[in-house]
Amino acid sequence: MSTIETIAPAGTWSADPVHSDVSFEVVHAGVDVFRGSFGEFSATLTGDVLTGSAKVASVDVKDEQLSGHLLAPDFFDAARYPEIAFSAAHLEREGTALTAAGELTIKGVTKPVELTGTISDPSVDPFGNERIGLTLETTIDRTDFGVSWNAPNQSGGDYLANDVRLIARLALKKEL
Amino acid sequence: MKVLAVSGSLRAGSHNTLLLEEAAAAAPAGIDVELFDGSLIAELPAYDQDLDAEGDVPVSVQRLREAWAEPDAIIFATPEFNGSVPGGLKNAIDWASRPLGEAPLLNKTVTVVGASTGRFGALWAQNDLRRILGIAGARVVGEALPVARAQDGLSEPTRDALRSQLDLLVEATAVPA
Repeated sequence: MSTIETIAPAGTWSADPVHSDVSFEVVHAGVDVFRGSFGEFSATLTGDVLTGSAKVASVDVKDEQLSGHLLAPDFFDAARYPEIAFSAAHLEREGTALTAAGELTIKGVTKPVELTGTISDPSVDPFGNERIGLTLETTIDRTDFGVSWNAPNQSGGDYLANDVRLIARLALKKEL
Repeated sequence: MKVLAVSGSLRAGSHNTLLLEEAAAAAPAGIDVELFDGSLIAELPAYDQDLDAEGDVPVSVQRLREAWAEPDAIIFATPEFNGSVPGGLKNAIDWASRPLGEAPLLNKTVTVVGASTGRFGALWAQNDLRRILGIAGARVVGEALPVARAQDGLSEPTRDALRSQLDLLVEATAVPA
């Protein structure tokens, strides 16, 4: 990027959980996209530093049995690794395009990741809150983080893809 | 550290029960391997969600859940019936995989071994059992340990492999830093 712009006006901007969403998508059975999300998470933007975390136990999918399996050692091992964390010490903005190079920790494994997305200019809602919209996403190989469960499709190939798309759509509200 | 040893074979003189007795005898210092009373597996009713009412489960189920919840880890030895896990053992796992979120098998460190009189050492049953235990919420460690031609007795390498399997249980039970 040729110029580095200020990411957001000075202050601390925190995710408003009602209007934000942290989710994941993975190709399922080789043909469709399965989606899940985390109900409890936090994210904070200060200057060009973005940090966030999600409670693994808050994983939300449409099947209670599957939720249980996702929390077990086969997948996230929530009892030992209760949190997923992300931090980016340096964000870059060009217009509305945003890049965040940082580190992602899942199941106790920390890896460098680069997320891309968009950021809005601030607005003020009807109640006087200053807000910024921010989206970021990346695709990781879940097996790099030890989330390796799989099963063979009867027609060949794996039931779950290794590549998982992570998406954060954040409504950031300026802290008073 | 306490390891419960669960045999999937109920018969007297079972090669799998014998394998677990050998594991208990070969256990490294500090590992207390206790054989699970297989008659309890035979007493369990077939899993039925209508019987699985909170605070009102059959006595045999309550005893099973308490016995499997208490140890630090479990070593299973399975024979192979019709290419897979014996129905009685699978039924016990079904009971021990509930209630959701607080099941005895949830986050329990487990490993699987198996013996047969044939050439394959119950390998299919072990692979199925590992998959079943993982889905039931357990922390499945080690690799399958197929003991073939069990009627010929255990070799020293097999005893070493049993010790290694128990060592893996100890390592995996420790909470990571």
